[in-house]
Amino acid sequence: MIWASWNEFVAMGGYGLYVWGSYGAVLVGVVLEIVLLRRGQSETLKRLKRMQTWEKQ
Amino acid sequence: MSIAWFKYSSPATFYGLAGKLVPWFGWSAGILTLIGLYIAFFLAPTDFQQGEAYRVIFIHVPAAWMSMFIYMVMAFWSAIGLAWNTRLSFMMSRALAPTGALFAFLSLWTGAFWGKPMWGAWWVWDARLTSALILFFLYVGIMALWAAIDDRRRGDKAGALLILVGAINVPIIYFSVKWWNTLHQGASISMTKAPSMASLMLWGMLVMAIAAWFYSIAVALYRVRGIILERERQTEWVKKLLEARS
Amino acid sequence: MKSRHKKLLAIGLGVAGLGVIAALVLNAFQDNLVFFFSPTQVIAGEAPKDRAFRIGGLVEADSVKRDPDGLTVRFLVTDTAKTIPVTYKGILPDLFKEGKGVVAEGKLGEGGMFMATQVLAKHDENYMPPEAAQALEQAQKAQATLSQ
Repeated sequence: MIWASWNEFVAMGGYGLYVWGSYGAVLVGVVLEIVLLRRGQSETLKRLKRMQTWEKQ
Repeated sequence: MSIAWFKYSSPATFYGLAGKLVPWFGWSAGILTLIGLYIAFFLAPTDFQQGEAYRVIFIHVPAAWMSMFIYMVMAFWSAIGLAWNTRLSFMMSRALAPTGALFAFLSLWTGAFWGKPMWGAWWVWDARLTSALILFFLYVGIMALWAAIDDRRRGDKAGALLILVGAINVPIIYFSVKWWNTLHQGASISMTKAPSMASLMLWGMLVMAIAAWFYSIAVALYRVRGIILERERQTEWVKKLLEARS
Repeated sequence: MKSRHKKLLAIGLGVAGLGVIAALVLNAFQDNLVFFFSPTQVIAGEAPKDRAFRIGGLVEADSVKRDPDGLTVRFLVTDTAKTIPVTYKGILPDLFKEGKGVVAEGKLGEGGMFMATQVLAKHDENYMPPEAAQALEQAQKAQATLSQ
């Protein structure tokens, strides 16, 4: 095991800000993309469905 | 063979196929990411000169690779689309762009967070960083162009042309560290020489890179399904599909 | 020729043409794409004299001296052929080390002294654990003594 303690892991040899700052940005980016994608998809489906029922009338 | 290709190039069949593939690629990406992160943080040793700061490499390099590779795939689909007028190719390149832009942004962001502690600067205008920034602007520009042109067919064509013109930037990014003197270091992995990384470090990076591939495939396939529905909404199969849902 | 082949050919030619144009433009701007000048280039007078530029090379071994104020650093930048003395007042990056790569931005002062306003460390693309680096260094030393 490289890390003696949890604190050491978080500190990343003094570069914690930079290491976690990078990984954090990736996490936010990926989560945001997935959430937006799912929301966009369900909105598209709803909108198309609405248009379809509207066109039928 | 050619028959099978034709079959899957029809949006209706592809919609179903993509739907089946998304969870496979998605879950594989998730599992590979966990393995990659485990290697990156618990198996890969501390670097002899950069200490722990080098661990940014495990996301920086996959993100940078992905941003360039997705662009080349978009250029490929654009060329096919312009030549054969295939509907699906333009949809594919539209589905890939946001993910490419995300990776381009992340490569710049993680690069800044790596450059500050190691080089002593968040940003410098050397050939590698500048050409990578241009790639991000290209992605944004292409998406803005699509958004600005209401007519879908014309938007597709204009976007495809811009993508093809911009493709020249990708080899420039790749070779910039060879052609000009830059602050950015050369490639650790290339076709011409053995990788200059300890093997566990290399493995961590490769696993993360494959995870990024699978993620991109899953997300692009998911996104293309939405685009297909939208564009094919007047067809029978979409009407049936929507009726089945309620 | 089928029309789609014509189209494909046109696209191919267009892209190739753009490639040539891009290559020409890049060639014309070559000078501006140079991120730093080597000490040899600076001494040969290739670097701009009236404005700031960057020099790059290695920090010469045993050349780093600190002034009593504790902030001003003097060191030599070398490309193994020529060296240039540099003074810099400020915080150095963590990777700044003797024998390692460095890029300094500033102006050439009197007596060929480079007055740096920013010092950046340039590291290489090798990544390995300290033990491996040590072993490599020892192997190189052994090789050097053997060849002597």
